[in-house]
Amino acid sequence: MKEQLPALIVAVPLLAALLVTALWWFDRRLCFPIAIAAVGASLAAAVTLLLRVLSEGAVDYYLGGWPPPVGIAYRIDHLNGLIAVAVSLVSFLNLAACRTVAEQEFREKTGAFYALYLLFTTGLLGILITGDAFNLYVLLEISSLTGYALLGLGPGRAFLSGLNYVFMGTVGASLYLLGIGYLYVITGSLNMADIAAILPSLLPSNLVIMAFVLCLTGLFVKMALLPLHGWLPNAYTYAPSMVSSLIAPLTTKVMIYVMIRITLSVFSFDFAFDETLLRLPILWLAILAITIGSLMALSQRRLKKMLSYIVVAEVGYMVGGFWLGNRSGMSGAVLHIINDAFMTLCVFLAAGAIAFKAEDDRLRNLTGLFRTMPATMAALVVGALSLIGIPPTCGFFSKWYLISGGIEAGQYGFVAALIFSSLVNGILFFRVFEICYFEPTSPPHAYRYRRTVPAAGTGAVTEAPADLLTVLIATAVLLIVLGLYSGEIVTRVIHLALPPGLS
Amino acid sequence: MTVEPLQTMVSIRPLIAVLVSLLVIPILMSSARSPNVREAWTLGAAALKFLVVASMLPLVLGGFQIEYSIARVLPGYGLELRVDALGMLFALVSSSLWIVTSIYSIGYMRGLKEHAQTRYYCFFALSLSATIGVAFSANLLTMYLFYEVLSLATYPLVTHHQDPEARSSGRKYLVFILGTSIAMVLPAMVFIAQKTGTLTFAPQGIAAGTIGPQAATVLLLLFVFGFAKAALMPFHAWLPAAMVAPTPVSALLHAVAVVKVGVFCILRVMTSIFGTGMLTDLNISTAVCTIAAFTMIVSSLIALSQDGLKRRLAFSTIGQLSYIVLGAALLSKSGLIGAALHIAMHAFGKITLFFCAGAIFVASGVKNVSGMAGIGRRMPLTMAAFFIGSLSVIGLPPGGGFISKWHLAIGTVEAHQFVMLAALLVSSLLNAAYFLPVVYRAFFCPEPESLFTGPVQEAPTWCLLPPLLTAAASVVLFFYPQPFLDLARLAAQSIFGG
Amino acid sequence: MESLATFILTKYNYWAVIILLVIGLYAMIAKKNLVKKIIGMNIFQTAIILFYVSIGTKRGATLPIIEHAYGDSAHAVHAADYINPLPHVLMLTAIVVSVATLGVALALAMKIHAQYGTLEEDEIQEKIMESEPGSTSTSG
Repeated sequence: MKEQLPALIVAVPLLAALLVTALWWFDRRLCFPIAIAAVGASLAAAVTLLLRVLSEGAVDYYLGGWPPPVGIAYRIDHLNGLIAVAVSLVSFLNLAACRTVAEQEFREKTGAFYALYLLFTTGLLGILITGDAFNLYVLLEISSLTGYALLGLGPGRAFLSGLNYVFMGTVGASLYLLGIGYLYVITGSLNMADIAAILPSLLPSNLVIMAFVLCLTGLFVKMALLPLHGWLPNAYTYAPSMVSSLIAPLTTKVMIYVMIRITLSVFSFDFAFDETLLRLPILWLAILAITIGSLMALSQRRLKKMLSYIVVAEVGYMVGGFWLGNRSGMSGAVLHIINDAFMTLCVFLAAGAIAFKAEDDRLRNLTGLFRTMPATMAALVVGALSLIGIPPTCGFFSKWYLISGGIEAGQYGFVAALIFSSLVNGILFFRVFEICYFEPTSPPHAYRYRRTVPAAGTGAVTEAPADLLTVLIATAVLLIVLGLYSGEIVTRVIHLALPPGLS
Repeated sequence: MTVEPLQTMVSIRPLIAVLVSLLVIPILMSSARSPNVREAWTLGAAALKFLVVASMLPLVLGGFQIEYSIARVLPGYGLELRVDALGMLFALVSSSLWIVTSIYSIGYMRGLKEHAQTRYYCFFALSLSATIGVAFSANLLTMYLFYEVLSLATYPLVTHHQDPEARSSGRKYLVFILGTSIAMVLPAMVFIAQKTGTLTFAPQGIAAGTIGPQAATVLLLLFVFGFAKAALMPFHAWLPAAMVAPTPVSALLHAVAVVKVGVFCILRVMTSIFGTGMLTDLNISTAVCTIAAFTMIVSSLIALSQDGLKRRLAFSTIGQLSYIVLGAALLSKSGLIGAALHIAMHAFGKITLFFCAGAIFVASGVKNVSGMAGIGRRMPLTMAAFFIGSLSVIGLPPGGGFISKWHLAIGTVEAHQFVMLAALLVSSLLNAAYFLPVVYRAFFCPEPESLFTGPVQEAPTWCLLPPLLTAAASVVLFFYPQPFLDLARLAAQSIFGG
Repeated sequence: MESLATFILTKYNYWAVIILLVIGLYAMIAKKNLVKKIIGMNIFQTAIILFYVSIGTKRGATLPIIEHAYGDSAHAVHAADYINPLPHVLMLTAIVVSVATLGVALALAMKIHAQYGTLEEDEIQEKIMESEPGSTSTSG
């Protein structure tokens, strides 16, 4: 059993998805427990694997017992072990939060929602642990297709934005597939370790560079790196809230992981940073993504859309941090994958709760929320502080590494962009808080000890459903806990995940 | 206790001192429905905090440093607390004044029937945690953490009234305080960590030898302006704006805790990050002296023209804060003693003045100096306290402020900065010029028409007692400044030796 | 000129792939009709499938079905005699993916048609602007 853990991470939610679909017709009450048990099992498997990796080193697993390069290998090391824990935890938390809202929003389609949710999680976790470049493509498409379908559950404009996402996502995945095709032509292998072993003997080669550029471009589309971000804001904004709080924290982060994995484990650090001229252009793209993403966020009038543009900016953080090419920058990028997943979960869950209760997420209509939904807003504040980068929330610490890496590499443009984005995030969130905190008409000294005054016009807004609220607060606490333990995470896990010779 | 200077001991007491007011918040929230219980808890927490802080005083005076490590958040840099003389001095001032302010808050908030009092007490407690955290920080990272927590915790206090005026003031407050700390202090701090590999405060500084003169100048200016809570011009505008807050907030936070955190941070960075030796060698502190002197004079001139009593006090605070920055930037032993002492002396003096302003407002609704004619006869105790407070802030005996200004003046002479001495004296004269007319008007001008029903109408006891206490303390500190003076001397000793 | 012709002719499979890719991309970007866009997307995917299939073929090679059983080593297997089966097998998966994508895309298109009564993007945009005055975004 213990030896089969890598397969179980993927197999359990996959099978549970089928089971949930079937059970929806027989006994609907069973669907949610099965779904959450399956994601919980994945989480447990991921945690166990990470602990094993920490004590014994990387774990290899051959599907069906076929050794690579013939068979498909799963390989869990410090990098994907850590991210798999984060991804499965985010998925678990979000699932635990979503029951009330999902059943009210989706009604007859709730079963489909759970099944798609599980498949989506399967796809992402598969991407994380697979050691095979083509298998990665298949899993990428599993998560994307279920992602499109999840977005399509939404009301209103979700269909159109979902279709745009389909177009862009397909182009991205196809470009990645083309890149892998090039690699296959060159090396005759699809196993990542195998390719990495063959490639150095073939360098320097323009074909290899071409393959690398194709893979990266495909991934940039998938991770919505500016200027390829067009699909993201609308897709996340108009998706059902429990879907956007699943997809927004995970998709872009997992794609950044794939970029790191492909760069380090397939093409090697030396090739990517020394033999291609990609470092500076990508760094500038990242700077652009951070600045323009932040500025676009400023001009939004809806909470979820604003958050979506922040996601675009955050992608720039991680891409830029990684392409700084030094230990601090890369640590920052990996740590930010973890932190940003939870920060984004926190703010999107809060936004979901607000959208669910206040039935509107236009910023100007959010007045009085601190009074009507104090706990939700408290969690949103913590998430926002983390995005701004205020200690001791975790966002501060990844930003610390990123800035430190930027200074070390002499990339002051990147440092300036990070600071600028922190300031803009500050403005963004405090603008929201100002609206939520101040009432349209607020008598200064009049109401003493009066606790519930319904906001004008909106009807009585009450606190979010209990399950959502519990998870939301847990996530907010987690942001601080992660911050306090970020030193441990970096020294004990992330430093081991990076190439050893890094300066 | 006769021990060698600066022995280190590990104890959890600094952490307890920080956490007391943090842990009381859930209790305050749960007792929202019974104000008496809630306020009893606030007072209890304040007293407990003071006792914990005070219990470390003998150790610090005996030459010990008390350390405690909370977490290692970054490789090489952890969240660490360390109690030394300077931190002790500041913590003692803020924790003792929290007790007084809590008493005052009860009178003030109830007297005005303010809304959301539970929120008010909770964030007040949080602010105090952060303040003590800054005082007891062992490294720049920890200090930055508590600094930011304090910025955020005070926002709901500043904007307590939740009206449009509070909104715009709150915005200004955040832009100045949060904006400068993120845009200036954060990069400067990461840069120092990157270049020196450490952030832990050391008596001789950590930057010497690793950071070049140009970089050091830029960094020093980033820190001096970036800690905008010190309200050095041109980053002072938030302080007058923050006066929309309820008066206890202005009293404790904007005369003591928040603003002193700003100057305390500057003091720490100059002495323990750069080190006085390095600053003397590079000769860059004159720039800071000049900024401080400029702020001192200009803010006093502006204070002269302010009619709102609280705004006048705010500009006075801006000036007085520059005294402290000036004292540190003189890089002389007496200057530093004066600066450290002024943290305490100005705190007691200025909080008295704010308490009085609030008491007048509660009793009569008067906010402006022009409306205070004759008020001294109606509220003799309040105005007497006001008089003593102003004496202390101006620096006249028997106010405690005289002692710190005396040391500051000696410091300028030690550093051969006679221009600064002149600035100091001119500014003191200006202080007198904007405070004494208030007292004169209150006692000697006839009141225009009767504001009051009875002949003597003081503010409620809860509001009256605190200013009397702090005024008395100001006088006592003139005759018996020992605890603070000893701490200041210890701090100066550890930095300058001897 | 002649060398260019050789260059194009000898690599004709790649050129075909590139032309198909560009056609697909063009349709996705320039066409206003959503179904045409979906067709463009499908052409784009098919181009890549074609690329994989073409790299697996060899001149004069046959299907990779070995006539004798495994282990029955009557004669050695010459790799050059058989086309490479792996890319073709991979493309089975890719075709499945592409069909699934097409299905999802068409389903979304149907939903959009039901919602707005049209599949022309500019008309949909107009309707969105009508229903959401002040909406600044330019694409769904």
